[in-house]
Amino acid sequence: MPANHRTRHVLRYLPVLPAVVLLLVFLAGPVLWAFHASLTNAGLTGRHARNPEWVGLDNYQRLLQDPVFPLSLALTVLFVAGSAILGQNVLGLALAVLMRRARPVVSATVGTAVVAAWVLPEIVAGFAAYAFFSRDGTLNQLLGRFGLGETDWLYALPMVAVVVANVWRGTAFSMLVYRAALNGVPAELTEAAQMDGAGAWQRLAFITLPVIRGSIATNLMLVTLQTLAVFTLIWVMTAGGPANASTTLPVLAYQEAFKFGDIGYGTAVASILILVGGVFGAAYLRLLKEQRP
Amino acid sequence: MVSLLAAAVLVLTACTPADPASGNRTIKVAYQKTDSFTALDTMFQDAKREFEAANQGVRVELQPIQANDDDYGTKLALALRSPSTAPDVFYEDTFKVRSDVDAGYLLNLDSRLQGWGDWTRFDAGAKEAGKANDGGTYAVPLGTDTRAIWYNRKVFEAAGVALPWRPSSWQDILDTARKIKTSEPDVIPFNMYAGKGTGEGTVMQGFYELLYGTGTSLYDQDSKKWVVGSAGFKDSLTFLETLYKDNLAVPPAELDPNVWKKVFGGWFPKAKLGATVEGSYAPSFWQKGGSYEWPGYGEDMGVAPFPTQNGAAPGAVSMSGGWTLAVGAETKQPDLAFNFLTTALNAKNSLAFTVASSQIAVRTDVAADPGYQSANPFVKDVSGLVAVTRFRPATSDYPRISAAVQEATEAVITGSRTPEQAAADYDTAVAGIVGGDKTIRK
Repeated sequence: MPANHRTRHVLRYLPVLPAVVLLLVFLAGPVLWAFHASLTNAGLTGRHARNPEWVGLDNYQRLLQDPVFPLSLALTVLFVAGSAILGQNVLGLALAVLMRRARPVVSATVGTAVVAAWVLPEIVAGFAAYAFFSRDGTLNQLLGRFGLGETDWLYALPMVAVVVANVWRGTAFSMLVYRAALNGVPAELTEAAQMDGAGAWQRLAFITLPVIRGSIATNLMLVTLQTLAVFTLIWVMTAGGPANASTTLPVLAYQEAFKFGDIGYGTAVASILILVGGVFGAAYLRLLKEQRP
Repeated sequence: MVSLLAAAVLVLTACTPADPASGNRTIKVAYQKTDSFTALDTMFQDAKREFEAANQGVRVELQPIQANDDDYGTKLALALRSPSTAPDVFYEDTFKVRSDVDAGYLLNLDSRLQGWGDWTRFDAGAKEAGKANDGGTYAVPLGTDTRAIWYNRKVFEAAGVALPWRPSSWQDILDTARKIKTSEPDVIPFNMYAGKGTGEGTVMQGFYELLYGTGTSLYDQDSKKWVVGSAGFKDSLTFLETLYKDNLAVPPAELDPNVWKKVFGGWFPKAKLGATVEGSYAPSFWQKGGSYEWPGYGEDMGVAPFPTQNGAAPGAVSMSGGWTLAVGAETKQPDLAFNFLTTALNAKNSLAFTVASSQIAVRTDVAADPGYQSANPFVKDVSGLVAVTRFRPATSDYPRISAAVQEATEAVITGSRTPEQAAADYDTAVAGIVGGDKTIRK
């Protein structure tokens, strides 16, 4: 009976309906609103605050001519590549591999230390990192003991400081993902490789990594998207300065929308950020599909 | 499917709070409160007690916002965007009044002010700050401030500078700073905020004192255009370049948003700083109950007007800001809200607030009060600067222009651009922000 069949078919989706509604309201809604606002001259105050006018692609045209925009885009890619793809991902994998070989006490201590940074709320982590890197901070005091001159890390090397801070804060996630993934590597495989005379590096490169590549791609996707959205950490540490030297796209969007009250322009930057996230996401999804054994 | 969606929508709407009863008599009051700025909170607590006692059944809901000036402005603007979150009475920066009136956030107070006897006691100049482009008054001033040079007498004495110090030109400042540098190498001779890190402090307590002392200005009121290409702009940048290049100020890396805490809390009390340009509110940090209590500040500190470039009349430059109280345009109880505003700003509450936050009085009765005049040893000096003071152009383009000025100063003090290059960059930036037809060469 087709009617009955159709009812059953519809009812089957009933359990996911609340989730879909929530996603539409709280995820798709703001994204669409932001995109719509980016096509207007909405402002925080002034004439266009309550009655924004439609300006088409003006904001995007302005963005292309803004000298800060290419810099900001490059800094965002640098931040993601440095702190997520290289930093958190590789360090997390290294920690996970080493912790399997370390003594339980060492492994537990390291694990706790790494996870502690992750447990901190972002604002607290930001202040801790600021206190560490600032002029009279912990790092300079430590270096001072060895007679190494005072470097103003947040001023002279702001990107290095925020990248290191984000690696510190976020590595725990990758480490946990990889620890779980490594537990899933069949022991017979590595043992067989060992019997055939493969060294530790060879076993890692030819057995372990190929087996966990699904986890690698998933982890890369998650940490990339998380890192793209990092705002509080950078804002607390450098506020994007000096001279825009650490203004990533989220910082730029905040500055434009809230500091200069230009919500239309700020949401245009945010829309580009969504686009960048989409490009990264699509690339990883492809990777995931192609590499399936 | 449709009925399910409808059901979901019903559930969602049921979650939103029911509309308050029409007889609801609550006034929401939004204002700023920080660790070092509690005077306003005290004022509103007092006003709330007074107002609730006088008006049975009315509840005043205080909503302090814990944020710095910039973030407070943002949070307030976001709340004002929607009538359901807009406060009835709020603390409003004078230089945002005009653009917030344009946005339709502020209630016109003209008819109500006529019926308020105290209004005649407000200083005429201060009243201007609450006016919008249409000539109507939308905000009542709470207090104002001026800027001057604060200097440490001990440091100056040790360097052999004659006291009281009163520089008559920029060259005087540089000469004195060099003298201090030579005799006390560990002391920062003359601090002047610059760069983006110190934000609005860079321009209000630094660049504008220089610029307005050269005979030029940022904005031409008559033509309503932004001034570009002026010699004064370049001269001002050159002064900053000299100050920083000759190590008479702090290293540029020190100039982060928190540096003022070091200025008030560390450098001045410890005699590590010769002088700085700061607001008339400086004593509020040092007096009893302030964030950096310093019993000896009255004897150790001195204040001098910032001179014009070459001593040209009127011989001094100062900048003023200040805050107001305003009523939300869409308040449901405009009369009640306005009455609360008048309670908050009555003579007693105004006096207490003005003294506690070292503001310059805007009510003549407060200004004449012995309690105000003896609040700190510098009241007379800084109040006198009202005669020469200037205000920022209150247009909605201003925050971007200010950021461009900050960038120009940063480029100069770090040595990445010469004053000529930085001034040219600024001119380009201004044309980009407001459009070439809104600039004027002077």
